[in-house]
Amino acid sequence: MKKLLNTLYVTTEGASLRKDGENLVAEVESEERARVPFHMLASVVVFGGVYVSPPLIQALAARGITIVLLDRAGRFQARIEGPVSGNVLLRRAQYRVSERPTDIVRSFVSAKVANQRTVLQRSLRDYGEEMAVGLRSRIEAVVDRLAGILRRVGMTDLDVEALRGAEGEAAFGYFSVFGSLIRVTDPEMQFGGRSRRPPRDAVNAVLSFIYVLLTHDCRSAAEAVGLDPAVGFLHRDRPGRPSLALDLMEELRPVLADRLALSLINRRQLRPRDFETQDGGATLLTDDGRRTVLTAWQDRKKEERQHPFLGETAQLGLVPYLQAQLLSRHLRGDLDAYPPYIWK
Amino acid sequence: MPAITAPELDEPIPLSALQHAVYCLRQAALIHIERMWEENRFTAEGRVLHDTVHEAADHRRGAVRRVSAMPLACRRLNLAGTADLVEFRDGPDGETAFPVEYKRGKAKLHRADEVQLCAQALCLEEMTGRAVPEGALFYATTRRRVGVPFDAELRRLTEQVACDFAALIAAGATPPASYRADRCNACSLIELCRPKLTRTSAAEFRRRAIAASLADAPGGELP
Ligand code: SF4
Repeated sequence: MKKLLNTLYVTTEGASLRKDGENLVAEVESEERARVPFHMLASVVVFGGVYVSPPLIQALAARGITIVLLDRAGRFQARIEGPVSGNVLLRRAQYRVSERPTDIVRSFVSAKVANQRTVLQRSLRDYGEEMAVGLRSRIEAVVDRLAGILRRVGMTDLDVEALRGAEGEAAFGYFSVFGSLIRVTDPEMQFGGRSRRPPRDAVNAVLSFIYVLLTHDCRSAAEAVGLDPAVGFLHRDRPGRPSLALDLMEELRPVLADRLALSLINRRQLRPRDFETQDGGATLLTDDGRRTVLTAWQDRKKEERQHPFLGETAQLGLVPYLQAQLLSRHLRGDLDAYPPYIWK
Repeated sequence: MPAITAPELDEPIPLSALQHAVYCLRQAALIHIERMWEENRFTAEGRVLHDTVHEAADHRRGAVRRVSAMPLACRRLNLAGTADLVEFRDGPDGETAFPVEYKRGKAKLHRADEVQLCAQALCLEEMTGRAVPEGALFYATTRRRVGVPFDAELRRLTEQVACDFAALIAAGATPPASYRADRCNACSLIELCRPKLTRTSAAEFRRRAIAASLADAPGGELP
């Protein structure tokens, strides 16, 4: 199985990154904090004010290692990458199929709904006994509703618009009970419904932050197999939007992101002091909070699971790459459908 | 001269692609058409070895003129590339070309190396207008030259492979994988190619996975 190469996240304000031989060296106040050989790296993600030396930029670009610049809040600012290789024939196939995307969208949506449903079922199974009866039956009702949606999506011939509608309907139901899966009682850690730009509470801040990390991985995965990350199936194309990366991410969100957010909060690895609220109500992770999430994220990616379609054990962090590869195999005609990542 | 002519292409087929094409047409298509390339330790070693060979200069030793890194082309078969080394051996009626190709490792069971060498001979014949009856493969592990006579069968195989591959390029198509343990398990592209996948229907997998996911749900007969 392909090696999972590392993404180096640099969160320390004022850190500087430079090239030393075949290594990336990170320094804080002239003291070496990390040294990573280039051949272990897939990408470097930098938050806020971090100095990246020009020789390092050149060395990384030449080796196909992407540098991504985010602001302190994790919002995308810029990306530096060497010549994009791509695969012209694959991309042509991608563009052609994106004109009639129904079957691929069916895979994305059914996996997303199935995985959302599994997240809810897992919580019911693990903590259902301790839940207030009313709460529990509300979650059960959503689990049933998701089953209905999944049946519709998977077993009947909906068109793309209907599939997108089903996805929205499922997300609405799922997030209407998502807050009940939080088991800590601090008022600061409650979920007030999904809010994105900006996140308005701590739970949304964690979710948004992990989605940024996952988007980055999905984008890299699309690029690694030669697909165009900007041309999607479920997500409509819009200039500047990595639609395909967002597509690939949909089925993995519940498994890789939502579950991680819940366990960080429920295990009290993240507490109210890990968040700060800005003027205007946006809630963000503090530096410490962000470090906690990044460590957990890296650990989660190293966990191994059986891949449902390939039948091989693979690290979770490789799943975006494997799914992108399977998608490209479908687009080039080797597979009769895009096999969804359905988590059990 | 044999009658086989390869389809017209915008660009010639690299000689080095032929060894992949003999081994497996899909492998050749993944590497040369789709540009997928898993750099692994073996290919890296191969590259280093070639770099060293290509640095050598032209020189003469007795009745042999040696030309390294010699550019070759064959219009009839649409081939182009570089020979590691061509020896031009003085004879009573002029020079006879004798291509030598350097290979990592040792002699293999399949004929990929011989085909690549024979293709060089076909280029040399077209370029010099003189017969090239034999050449040699030099294997790094054994440090031995293995003589290769360009007999009718090897020539036919080489021309066939060149034409098959040219047809693939013209069509821009990658042939489907078919898994063969002896070949695929030694293939550096196996994880990109995933030759066992084509045996499985992903649509069927999806149907079963959704059904399994719904197995606990009430009120549903599954189709
Ligand atoms: S894995 Fe097998 S089918 Fe695929 S390219 Fe290699 S040899 Fe050919």
